[in-house]
Amino acid sequence: MKTTLPKEPTNMIITGVGGQGNVMASRVLAGMLVNAGFVVTIGETFGMSQRGGSVMSHLRVSSSSVLSPQIPQGMADIVIALEPVEALRVLVKYGNPDVAVLANSRMVYPMGVITGEFTYPTMEEVQSMFEKISAKNWMIDATSVAVDLDNPVLSNIVMIGALAGTSLLPIDRRAFEKEIVKTIPAGKREVNLKAFDAGAKMIEPRPVAR
Amino acid sequence: MMNKLLSPAKTEVLFMGNEAIARGALEAGVSVVSGYPGTPSSEVIERLSEVAHERNLYVEWSTNEKVALEVAAAASFSGLRSMCVMKQNGVNVASDFLLHLSSSGTRGGIVLVECEDPGALSSVNEGESRYFARMLEIPLLEPANFQEAKDLTKWAFELSEKIRNVVMLRSVTRMSHASGNVICGKLPQKFRTARFISDGPVMDPLRGPVVSTPVVIKHGLQQKKLETAVALFEQSPFNEYYGPKRPELLIVTSSACFLYSREAVEILSLQKRVGILKLSCTWPLPVKLLKKYLRLTDKVMIVEEVLPFLEENVKVAAMDMIRDTGIKTFYGKMDKTFPSAGELNPEIVMKALGRMMKVRPRSPHAGYLREVQKVASKIAPRAQTFCPGCPHRASFWNINTALKLDGREGIVCGDIGCYAMASLWPEIGFHTVRTLHSMGSGTGLASGFAKLSAFGLDKPVMAVCGDSTFYHAVIPALINAQHNKADITFIVLDNAGTAMTGFQPHPGINESAIGEPLPSVDIEAICKAIGARVAVSDPFDLEETNRILTSFMAERGSMKVLILRQACALSPEKKGKKQYRMKVDEELCLGDQCGCNRLCTRIFRCPALTWDRKKKKAVIDDVICAGCGVCHFICPQKAIIKTEAAGK
Repeated sequence: MKTTLPKEPTNMIITGVGGQGNVMASRVLAGMLVNAGFVVTIGETFGMSQRGGSVMSHLRVSSSSVLSPQIPQGMADIVIALEPVEALRVLVKYGNPDVAVLANSRMVYPMGVITGEFTYPTMEEVQSMFEKISAKNWMIDATSVAVDLDNPVLSNIVMIGALAGTSLLPIDRRAFEKEIVKTIPAGKREVNLKAFDAGAKMIEPRPVAR
Repeated sequence: MMNKLLSPAKTEVLFMGNEAIARGALEAGVSVVSGYPGTPSSEVIERLSEVAHERNLYVEWSTNEKVALEVAAAASFSGLRSMCVMKQNGVNVASDFLLHLSSSGTRGGIVLVECEDPGALSSVNEGESRYFARMLEIPLLEPANFQEAKDLTKWAFELSEKIRNVVMLRSVTRMSHASGNVICGKLPQKFRTARFISDGPVMDPLRGPVVSTPVVIKHGLQQKKLETAVALFEQSPFNEYYGPKRPELLIVTSSACFLYSREAVEILSLQKRVGILKLSCTWPLPVKLLKKYLRLTDKVMIVEEVLPFLEENVKVAAMDMIRDTGIKTFYGKMDKTFPSAGELNPEIVMKALGRMMKVRPRSPHAGYLREVQKVASKIAPRAQTFCPGCPHRASFWNINTALKLDGREGIVCGDIGCYAMASLWPEIGFHTVRTLHSMGSGTGLASGFAKLSAFGLDKPVMAVCGDSTFYHAVIPALINAQHNKADITFIVLDNAGTAMTGFQPHPGINESAIGEPLPSVDIEAICKAIGARVAVSDPFDLEETNRILTSFMAERGSMKVLILRQACALSPEKKGKKQYRMKVDEELCLGDQCGCNRLCTRIFRCPALTWDRKKKKAVIDDVICAGCGVCHFICPQKAIIKTEAAGK
């Protein structure tokens, strides 16, 4: 079922805070794309990733070639963020006027904000910054949906569902089902599918144009 | 659900570099795999342990890297194929045995996989182990993509068997922890049996005793083996040239730097002007192959991480062939085209290449960049910290409180593990730890500090180490401290596993790498056997822990041991389960009006204990709170309420 990519290669960054299921999201997404016949290169750093720091996976999708596991600066096409300010952090380095952003609205305050040394932007400020430095953006409350499903970490799967909803990539529910049969134990598949569907539903067919 | 590592031949799967190495070893018919956990190497053994039954493997997390290599070598001496896996500085630990192993020679194919961490993304060093291959005269292979990580690993076993010596395979974080498509090969049907024969003459490589003597003769033989390896490297399809017949510039590169170089050439559209010689067999260099490509141009750029190892070797080889190839100009680390510290990436290569070839990459218009600058100025940094519920936060709170009460500015020596963060960033762990070096060295340093009182340094001395570190390298230092009557308080932060690298078992855990029951070796019993006074406490019990620490510091003239036992908040048995449900009582919390000056959020620093900016009071983030209950004790108002969590 080889379909075409929006761009060759398509560069994607999945970002969040340690412990949010960033690495898992990148694996599932990459698996779906490999099943569809693409060559995928993922670059990620973990090891210290669970210690509350920023986490980032670089996903590069090509119809033919292996790429550098690090996306060159300014060359991301899609940014998926499990935390909204992490989206900004990535955009500042890897964004460009054509980049699309899908962000979870749930904020996780860095230590320096908790202690009062730094301030954190409000949701409205984040939204307005998205408008200024991206071509398209979506912000959804994935964590609340995941909490309703009784597991906050499922917000990563809600985001993958939402990504499918944006039609930015050639992925759909069937591709997700096919992948999780390989990677997620049978008992947990149903709740993952629910999370995926909930995410897909959260995307209105109304991308905000610049 | 089939294990991905056992995918049938010809299927295309997404493998992490470390998984590709593991699959390569399976395709080579490896029987014994050993190692010590260390980022970015740990997944090689983790993945293999999952298929140990199906593939008839013996998989072991050894006490340290030297022992691991010895375990793997025994298998090789007995005709089996074996692999030993470690991070870069693990090779330092294993190097004494490696020197002698490379000299005695081996039998069944044996591969030493070492994964380096340029940029020290999860290390406290960016040590280079490629120099060990040169110094100890063994072949070095460096995969440059994911398919090659698998294929080259498989070939490494064949090479090792052909030359009857150990082969080093080097990966880096951006290979080991990156993923890509890999087409699987065949898994062997037959398994080898072990036979150790040692009754032949001393110079018989297959039947004699396995020894490094007679040294000079064996050393000469070892060098002949290296010549055989080079002859194979000259013909190897793993070394490839990409580019025009007459490039203006030749890039010589290896490992992940090949991917950076190729991307830089493509982005700058220099495919017709720049050639890339990718070497995956990097020591000893295949000089005839190198000569063929050095002839193509006068300008040579060497792209590698971290030190100029390849550059040095290419330059020495070029000097020897200067009559045939002519004078070259080299660009690399030595002329500062590239930095010799930190990792490279496509931009760094692109910038250097752009400068040299006089081309500029396209960049977004100035208006966009201005907006980006504005956004950048509004983003608060996100520093790493101890996780919610981390026992280390409580342990350092205890140690720091005891030191403050003592008032003599005691010295705490640190060690390797998550708790090392207490020395790397002053705001984590209350600025408690003041030295940080290699595995086990905190205890050795403490042993030394304690002996300086005769020279006027009369302060309480402490050392902390984790449970896995204890077994790895602390025990000799501990014996040293006890024997030499070093007045130290030695604290084991026992969180029940090798937590930082993903909960690999160690000798204190009653389970093997593949989950089979093993006897555990008790830390408390070892310390007692050494002769130290030993106490055990729960770091979450602030009162009791403080009482022990204070009494230990008052007691002079000998070593005291405190074992602080509490499992890591991310450990499989704890993850997602809360012991307590925490809540801030808004009536009791006086917020900014309280004299505590926000002790809970400003000093204690738990990511789940945050500050409500509107109400100006503390608040618990229930989504990330781990329910450890410690913050209940630190609030002077007792406004942080803990109740037993039901059900979970």
